[in-house]
Amino acid sequence: MGDTIASLRIGECGVIENFSLDAIPLKLLEMGCLPGQVVKLEQVAPFKDPLYISVNGSYLAIRIETANKINITKL
Amino acid sequence: MEKNKVVKVALVGNPNTGKTSLFNQLTGLNQQVGNYPGITVDKKQGKCKISENLSAEITDLPGTYSINPSTLDETIVLETLLNKNNSSFPDLVVVVAEVENLKRNLLLFSQIKDLQIPTILVINMKDQMQRKGISIDIIKLKEELKSEIILISARKKLGIEDLKGELVNYKNWDTSTIANISDRIDATFFKNLKKEFSGFSLYKSWLLITQKNYCSFLSEAQLNKINKFTSDEALINKYQHKETIYRYQKINEILKKTYIVDKTKATDFRSKLDRILTHKIFGYVIFAFVLLLIFQSIFAWATFPMELIDGFFAKLAVVTNNNLPEGTFSNLISEGVIPGIGGVLIFIPQITILFIFISILEETGYMSRVVFLMDKIMRQFGMGGKSIIPLISGTACAIPAIMASRNISSWRERLITILVIPFTTCSARLPVYTILISIIIPQKYVLGIFNLQGLTLMGLYFLGFTAAILSAVLLNFVLKVKHKSLFAIEMPNYKLPSVKNIFYTVVEKVKAFIYGAGTIILAISIVLWFLASNGLHNFKNAEQIVTEQTSNQTISKEEIHKKIASYKLENSYIGMMGKTIEPVIKPMGYDWKIGIALISSFAAREVFVGALATIYNVESDSTTTTTIKQRMDSEINPITGEKRFNFATGVSLLLFYAFAMQCMGTLAIVKRETKTWKWPILQLTGMSTLAYIISVLSYTFLH
Repeated sequence: MGDTIASLRIGECGVIENFSLDAIPLKLLEMGCLPGQVVKLEQVAPFKDPLYISVNGSYLAIRIETANKINITKL
Repeated sequence: MEKNKVVKVALVGNPNTGKTSLFNQLTGLNQQVGNYPGITVDKKQGKCKISENLSAEITDLPGTYSINPSTLDETIVLETLLNKNNSSFPDLVVVVAEVENLKRNLLLFSQIKDLQIPTILVINMKDQMQRKGISIDIIKLKEELKSEIILISARKKLGIEDLKGELVNYKNWDTSTIANISDRIDATFFKNLKKEFSGFSLYKSWLLITQKNYCSFLSEAQLNKINKFTSDEALINKYQHKETIYRYQKINEILKKTYIVDKTKATDFRSKLDRILTHKIFGYVIFAFVLLLIFQSIFAWATFPMELIDGFFAKLAVVTNNNLPEGTFSNLISEGVIPGIGGVLIFIPQITILFIFISILEETGYMSRVVFLMDKIMRQFGMGGKSIIPLISGTACAIPAIMASRNISSWRERLITILVIPFTTCSARLPVYTILISIIIPQKYVLGIFNLQGLTLMGLYFLGFTAAILSAVLLNFVLKVKHKSLFAIEMPNYKLPSVKNIFYTVVEKVKAFIYGAGTIILAISIVLWFLASNGLHNFKNAEQIVTEQTSNQTISKEEIHKKIASYKLENSYIGMMGKTIEPVIKPMGYDWKIGIALISSFAAREVFVGALATIYNVESDSTTTTTIKQRMDSEINPITGEKRFNFATGVSLLLFYAFAMQCMGTLAIVKRETKTWKWPILQLTGMSTLAYIISVLSYTFLH
């Protein structure tokens, strides 16, 4: 319960849950971060920020504040 | 078809798709960088012949993931494609996509296609398809997307002619929409929208509503009409999200029928390399090593060509002076214009080397990894991961460094970066540091191995970086500018750098430096020359006055010439200025002669040494081998009888040069990039005040 991208460990995957639309910036959606997609944590920078993820064919680095807002179900 | 018709073509695409490679292939050196009216983003345009009697004027629009903008660069795409009165409004759009990220690339394509401007899809890197196990049913995809598709490989020059052949037919392209946004989101809302804005395509009206704040071309009446229709931001936001999800669904449906990836062919080259390059320890070690390599090269490789340029212009000045008839014009050319041009060109080797490195780092995809590694650290100081590139560039020259800050999407982070860059030790400070250190710091070794002079120089570099970081912390605290923007960067695939792309980038940067900074440095040099070679009554009669003064002394002709020259300088306009500011700079330990050097070096710091050389007129003295250093060293302070450049004055000068904002070029470029005089004036007053206080304190303390 209450897992977000930030709670993944390196190499772990999760499915993005339906999120409240205004919590997530449109740009992330446009870069492929959509509900139902599998997201994998590829790498983290020191202090776990930013996070390097792959989702829907895109490889992205996002800051922890954004990762905290995206709920997932761990796989 | 009429002869020599020109069509306007817009190149649009995601970053890292090879859009710029295609642009370089199509236009070659036939490109120019201009400015978009009112904003500072560079506009890259080029010409290309696409058939016997049709040529294209191609605009390379900034890379973007969506037509909805989130950085300054991306606003250009929206403006260009929506505003029919924009001078670059295209007759047709070429959307460049990359074969591996086709899904995400098609989002942008679907948005542009819905604008109902003739649009073609170019899928780049077709040479990679087999290796990556990708196959595409092009015929089917053409049908589904209702548009022409060309497969190319921009780097290997494959498919470029096919593309040109297809561009000729642009008038026959299908301009119907792909995504029928209205039904899937809110049929009534969009029906009303269509009725209200009947002149436009539906998607365009929708964009005008969602992006009204970015469309500077909208008239007040149009804005009112839009606000009257709806100003419910939450609703608009919700519909935008729905629209994006719907577009992806549609794209997924299409790709399911047309795009197959054989997963067994995937290699894990990328993740292996990432594991090393973004490693918590090795990542930083490698980055430190890369930095070291860049600094080493800038200082080691650039020295030789810089000396050549310096020598060439010195000789050119002498030759011109000897060959032109004596007079003001000849002096202007040989003492004003030629040294001025030399002063600009001397920076080119360093700038070239720096940008070769930076573009290699960017082309290979390594730079994104550095941004990833440094983001958290830089954020402690109010900057971001992307600030690291400008700060590195600042050690060569602040001007290209400030231009390199453009891709920082948060205005706040970008502004802080721009404001602190001038503290980093640029190459123009080096000659000043070198000569002062050699005078005031003894050639001694500390602990047997460390050269004391070298340590001092290193200390000054460190001081520069510390000043930059501390002032960033301060600015972070004080600045009221708010701009919340999302940090989401793509980590592109690793690629071998393309020599062609690097070449064009370097040419573009060097050109920008010459036109941007060069013209200012040149102009100031000419002004300085004028001020130093003109004056009032005493200046004009210098020869007579000096001859009278020395009439009862027995001195050589040469001595008299020197005395006349110094008397002239003392009474020239710039000498008068030096004397005027003497009371102000006295607490720092300087006299009016150093004052002249300070005023002269406002144009560019490295002028300091040259100005002192002129003042102590060593160059005119051809009989003895006194160097500028020896001459400075033997200069006596007439009041105290001590050396003029003693330890206290020397340290005070070093600190002044470390902190003061003495670069017209930088101020001008900051004005251009921030669009207001407020920030350059803040830099000038803030940095100069700091420099003054620190110099006075250090002189008082050491004296």
